Order: sequence, then structure tokens, then C-alpha cells
Amino acid sequence: MSQSYLVVAEAREGKLRQVSLEALQAASVIAGDGNDVSAALIGSGIGSVAEELARYVPGKLYVIDHTELANYNAEAYSAALSGLIADLHPAGIVFGHTAIGRDLAPLLAAQLGAGQLSDVTAIECADADVLYTRPLYAGKAFEQKRFTGEATQIVTIRPNNVTAIEPAAAPADIIAVSYSPAPSLRSIVRDVVRKAAGKVDLAEAKVVVSGGRGVKSAEGFKPLEELAEALGGAVGASRGACDAGYCDYALQIGQTGKVVTPELYIACGISGAIQHLAGMSQSRVIIAINKDPDAPIFKVADFGIVGDLFEIVPLLTEELKKAQAS
Amino acid sequence: MNIYVLLKQTFDTEEKIIVRDGAIADDGVKYVINPYDEYAVEEALRQRDAHGGTVFVIGSGPERTAEALRTALAMGADEAVLIHDNRIPADEHSVSKVLAAYLTGKPVDLILGGNFSVDSGGGQVAIRLAKLLSLPHAASITKLEVNGGTCTVHRDAEGDTETLEIPLPALFTAQQGLNEPRYPSLPGIMKAKKKPFAQLSLDDIGLMPDDIAARTERVSLSLPPARKAGQLLQGDRKEQAAQLASIIQSARGNAR
Repeated sequence: MSQSYLVVAEAREGKLRQVSLEALQAASVIAGDGNDVSAALIGSGIGSVAEELARYVPGKLYVIDHTELANYNAEAYSAALSGLIADLHPAGIVFGHTAIGRDLAPLLAAQLGAGQLSDVTAIECADADVLYTRPLYAGKAFEQKRFTGEATQIVTIRPNNVTAIEPAAAPADIIAVSYSPAPSLRSIVRDVVRKAAGKVDLAEAKVVVSGGRGVKSAEGFKPLEELAEALGGAVGASRGACDAGYCDYALQIGQTGKVVTPELYIACGISGAIQHLAGMSQSRVIIAINKDPDAPIFKVADFGIVGDLFEIVPLLTEELKKAQAS
Repeated sequence: MNIYVLLKQTFDTEEKIIVRDGAIADDGVKYVINPYDEYAVEEALRQRDAHGGTVFVIGSGPERTAEALRTALAMGADEAVLIHDNRIPADEHSVSKVLAAYLTGKPVDLILGGNFSVDSGGGQVAIRLAKLLSLPHAASITKLEVNGGTCTVHRDAEGDTETLEIPLPALFTAQQGLNEPRYPSLPGIMKAKKKPFAQLSLDDIGLMPDDIAARTERVSLSLPPARKAGQLLQGDRKEQAAQLASIIQSARGNAR
């Protein structure tokens, strides 16, 4: 009998998230041939995202569209999914390892008595077994794990690591799933401040420009922001810069903070403490700019410049803009 | 208020990882309270000092976890419980079931934990526990205000800040920025030695190994390929910037 797999897709600021296409690819690998891979999309006013997503979903696309689902609420979202899960009985559920996925996946796992593998970076099929690679100590080591027993299998995948799924031959059928607001929601979302609005999400960014203590002040991040903007990337920071109050902890990259795996990581004024390296050394290309030629960051950087970031970064931004204009 | 803090002991984040005989070598390693759990301990102490009550720290893990629990007592927690049993698998489903079994029936007002542990990084146990105990929760909080029976929390969601109102009893996980954890004081360390400390096994909390069977297992362990030091760019500032610009453009051109 064929089994079904469900991807919980996400929109952010009205746009389909790239990690959802990666989750669809992950689910297709896990499901193997002959099994069904469907998706669920939850939110409010998400019709156009659903149409875009439908192009990529091999099975069916279930859309739960309700004004009360405009903002993420753990209880409301898990209630919205519970009915669908009860109907579909999926063998596995795949999420992106995002703010929503990190919250919703363990909630459903506990509800279903399911196993969960978090922050998976690679999936490999070996004979009848599916092996999941995931980081330990933020990527200082990796483990391969597998599910045991018959329980539902829940996976969250790290953005930027699994290739995105190709569009399907024909768009998936979109099935509207009703949602009746539970009268008993205990948590109420009062307000959402979109500090990150319009910015590229750090975990999904293809380019990360990151600053450390060498940036010296909050204003010192300005040239880094300009460089990130020129590259369509996101700004990150080391623990040192966050502890010094130059920027928000939400930007911190490292074993505490976020782990990023962009195509390009540009470390400016970052010495390269072990705890920081854990959060970025799986980036594809690493560039370091630092005054100190002995800074450990140069030991992991593909390209380095020994010098003052305040001289080099603006020059670099200028060069890149020139090249883009020509 | 009865405040419970979930605590795990982890390697210090400055430790290098060495794999020996298929396992992570732990000789000579410096251990700490998982940094996110440390924020949870600090927050529990502040809430107790503001509203009165008792702070219990609970850990499920190897016997060495006792050191981390003692540190939390030295910071000011009132009582510690270590659930140690070699029959508890290292699987989030299993560990959350153990904690749920221990806490069921206890007069819980508030449970605090870390956003995730810096070692295995699953970020599951606390949220699973909330579900198993039917408590509302908010993960990754940067602010907690308790007003009578209701909490107002700020939750960090990928840089956005969500403000939630949640009634007690509830479970929250700490994100960096929630507070600045204190260091244990010398008198605190002395007092910690006399505070209640219980060690429990699976039998003590009424569970059989079959109740907590692992849902996942490790197949292998590896280190990432070591990165090699690359090339330092030469020339004056302008030349270096120009070289870097063309490197960046080709790196982006070759993107997957």
C-alpha cells in the first residue's frame, strides 16, 4: 500500500519560502517511488502563494486559509494541522527548520508519539533505510540517524542544504481545508513587530556579511549593511559584537545563536572563536577581512585580506556596484 | 509560584570535538550548564524573587549532570532533581516522556527551559513536554512578565518580535537576550551543599523501558572535512577590493 508524506510549507511576508521547496525535495527522497507527497499551507489570504506552490507539489496541496491564522500561533496552527493529519495518516511530515517548523514539529511529534530528527542537512537512501545527517555541536560534528519502529516520522530540514524540488509536470490540485477557530485558545498573539521585514532571512540567505568586535559600534555595521544590500544578502554578527551591544542577538551566528550555510560568508572584524566557527564553517566560500594576520578566522577562510574593514568594505561595495551597473 | 527549570549539561562552547572509536571523546572536557538553560535558571530566580515561590532544577542525563544542577543551586535555585538511568535512550521522545512522568501531578506554575541545547541541538524536549503536560507554551522568549495568573512574553521569531499573552501554568524556552545570568557566589556555593538534591531512577518515577522506547537511533558519527587556510589577497586597498569583487562574482556565478 502506498504511503503518504506531508510537507508543511510556509509563506513569509506573502512569499513562498525557498525552504519549503527544499522540504518538498526532502520528502520526495524520503518517500521514494510510488508514494504520495502532498503539502499543507497555513495562513490568511494565501491564495496566490498556494497557486505558486501548487506548481511544485507532486501530490495534493491542502490550503488552510483563515483570518485567525494570519499570525503564527502554536495552538491554532497545530489544531489546524491535526485534522488534516488525522485524515491523511502520513508516514512522515517534513518542515523547514524555521521559527515555525522548530515550534510546530515537536508539538505535533509529542501529540502523535512520533520520532523527530531536527535540523537535517542531508538525506540518503541506503537499501530500505533512509539515513538522515544532522549536526552536533552546531556542526563541529555530524551524526547519521534513522528512525526506529512504526511511529510517525517528523523531520525538520535546515535551509540552504537540500536542493529545491523541480516544478511538477502539472500543478497540484488545491484542496481548501476548513478551519474552525477553537474557542479554547490559551495563548493570544497581541502584536508582531516585523523587525526583519523586507530583509533577507539570515538562515536562508545566500550571502551573509557578518561583523565582529572589530566593527566597534552599532554605526560600524552600516558599511556591512550596504555590502549585504549590494549582494542581496543578510547581515550577521559574532557573539562578541552582540555582547558588546552593537547589534541584536537575533543576528548572532555561532554555536549559541544561528548556524548559517550560505554560498558566501564574508567575516569582517571577526577573530574566529571556536564557538563562532561552529556556526559558519559549513558555508561554501568564506572570505575574511581582519586587521590581525594571526586571527584564527584566516585558517578557515578561502580568501582573506589583512586590513581595516572600514577601508576595504566600502571599496568592495563600490566595486561590486560598478560591476553590476556595467 | 512553583517554578521548574529543565537543565542539561553540555560541553563548553569553546571545546573542540574529537571523535575516537566512533564516539565523541570527553576526557578533559570542560562542562557547563547548557547556555540557553542558564538563561532559564536566571529567569526562574528573578521571577521567584519578584513573586515568591520555589525554584526546582531538574535534569535527565548522565551522573555528571549533578555538577550542573549544583551550579544552579549555587546560583540560587532551591532544590534539584537528577533523573539518571542508563535505560533512558538519548532520544527526545524518550526524554520528554521521562520529564512528563516526573512532573505529572506536581503543582507546577511555570516551567522554563532553554531554546535548544548546544550539543545535540534538537530543540524538541521542552516543547514536547508542554504538549505532554497540556500546557500552553512559547519558545525562544526574550522577555517574561508575570502579572498574577497571566504572562506577557516576547518571542523571537527569526528576528521578528511576537508579543504573546499566556495564562499560567505555562512553559517557556529562553532565547539569548532574556537576561544576563549571574555567577554563583561563594556563599551561594556553600549553601548549595545543604540544599535538597534527589537522584531518581526510572523505577522511582514509575516508568518501564518499554514506555520510553526510542524513536530514532544513531548510525554513525563523523567530523566535517577540515577547511584549509586559503589565499591572502595582496596589493593596495583598491587592488584587494577589486580582486575580492571578482572572486565574489564568480562565487555567486557558481552557486548551486
